[in-house]
Amino acid sequence: MTTTTTKPRGSQAAKAPAFDSVAIRSDFPLLQTQSHGKPLAYLDNAATSQKPQAVIAAAARYYTTYNANIHRGVYKLSVDATAAYEAAREKVARFINAPSEREIVFVRGATEAVNLVAATWGMENIHSGDEIILSEMEHHSNIVPWQLLAQRTGAVIKVIAISQHGELAMDQYAQLLSDRTRLVALTHVSNALGTINPIERIVSMAKARGIPVLIDGAQSIPHMAIDVRKIGCDFFVFSGHKLYAPTGIGVLWAKGELLEKMPPYQGGGDMISTVSFAGSTWNDIPHKFEAGTPHISGAIGLGVAIDYLGGIGMDAIAEYEHDLLMYATKQLNRIPGLQIIGTAPEKAAVISFIMENIHPHDIGTIVDGEGVAIRTGHHCCQPLMDHYNIAATARASLAFYNNREDVDRLVAAVEKVKEVFN
Amino acid sequence: MSDLRDLYQQTILDHTRKPRNKHEMPDATSTADGHNRLCGDKIRLFLKVNAGIIEDISFTGNGCAISTASASMMTEALKGKSVAEAQPLFELFHTMLTSPMDQEPDLEALNKLAVFSGVREFPVRVKCATLPWHTLQAAIKNQDAPVTTE
Repeated sequence: MTTTTTKPRGSQAAKAPAFDSVAIRSDFPLLQTQSHGKPLAYLDNAATSQKPQAVIAAAARYYTTYNANIHRGVYKLSVDATAAYEAAREKVARFINAPSEREIVFVRGATEAVNLVAATWGMENIHSGDEIILSEMEHHSNIVPWQLLAQRTGAVIKVIAISQHGELAMDQYAQLLSDRTRLVALTHVSNALGTINPIERIVSMAKARGIPVLIDGAQSIPHMAIDVRKIGCDFFVFSGHKLYAPTGIGVLWAKGELLEKMPPYQGGGDMISTVSFAGSTWNDIPHKFEAGTPHISGAIGLGVAIDYLGGIGMDAIAEYEHDLLMYATKQLNRIPGLQIIGTAPEKAAVISFIMENIHPHDIGTIVDGEGVAIRTGHHCCQPLMDHYNIAATARASLAFYNNREDVDRLVAAVEKVKEVFN
Repeated sequence: MSDLRDLYQQTILDHTRKPRNKHEMPDATSTADGHNRLCGDKIRLFLKVNAGIIEDISFTGNGCAISTASASMMTEALKGKSVAEAQPLFELFHTMLTSPMDQEPDLEALNKLAVFSGVREFPVRVKCATLPWHTLQAAIKNQDAPVTTE
């Protein structure tokens, strides 16, 4: 395992964490609870994050003081709700440095965002024999929507292989790019390995041939500052619930010129301009893609989560988490018989591991008994598991509210696993 | 928390470390594949049935401690028994794993399989213990399609 001290992408912070992790922990009510009579060490942040009190309170405040539908009413409650919902959109745009809030489409999550792009842009622009480039480390949510599209259109899916360390084979990627390539859809950070992919290089190689790129940012956005203009991609998707916001809200960012040309995704209220039985016309972007009453409290909560993160600073978070990742990697590597899967030099705070002769499922159950919550399984990455010829891994994924004590408790719990099996 | 020793009993750990009847069976009369979507565990079950009697039974695959031990002990429990006896035994086993904690399962009838009674304290692990049995049912029905625990 490498112990490189390469700074995480986008990090400009000073060496010492710029925030008080003890104080931060107290902002998260769920982290004060116990699990099986022991203080909770929550290490499944790649699955979903805990929510700060400010986010929980924002949802409650919406429902208790200004719950109303948006974009319709002339009364004060509706005006207030609309303003809060649209303010959240502006916050998201600033957070990822999008040129305009018109390019921010609220969806249920990263999965829906990918499906939206496949069903609209994909159906218009991808035809029989066209090629879509994915990678071996994609989450099922960035594989299956493209398979569905390929089935409908006769397109072909090409896959970038990964190295044993969990890095994309960039040479092979260069070879896969061809005159038939119509889209590159890649994850920014692997949910199962933690690998941070060199997406700016990936995008520029595709752009040299005029090929659009979709980046799945579900696993990167909680860990680092995101600048969609710097990345240079065409689509960027993420989920709110991994970013300390409620479940059921997510974001599709796409370049305005693409959104303008894309057909609607779902039909219904709010996405239309006029409706008659002779035909309907569509609302302006982004509303064209937001049929029906959206997840208003979720969007507001996402905006508040972004405010909360802004108060800490994404660069400070990246710096702190990188330090914690290095510590956790070092401590876990000391355990004989434990092997970390995913050892790329550039990693976000995700550590997948397997243990000799002990199934990850058993690891998960035993460490749970110690109050340590980790994920075990294939992490919705079955092709990746096939690459490593394993059925599953145990995975600890860290957030900025985790600390060295959480890591020490994981290590002690893993030692207990070995006790049970020896 | 429910005591881990209830789940990982010595007998179970012994079967996990040294699974019995874990091999392929070229002359099987029936095989079936089982798959636990939750953990990715896969099992292949081999049956040699003659005149309604399970003359031989074996399995291959990779699974967690609970599913491996369950497969191992299932093969021991069923070898030499009739196919007709397998179904009521599975029903007893399933009832033991899913009955409320205040209900006493029929441990006596389950004999050695009673060692899995601790699994019911861990509801997410019940499917690990039942995967080999679901796969057995598929093999008995001689189905070709893989079964899942869903």
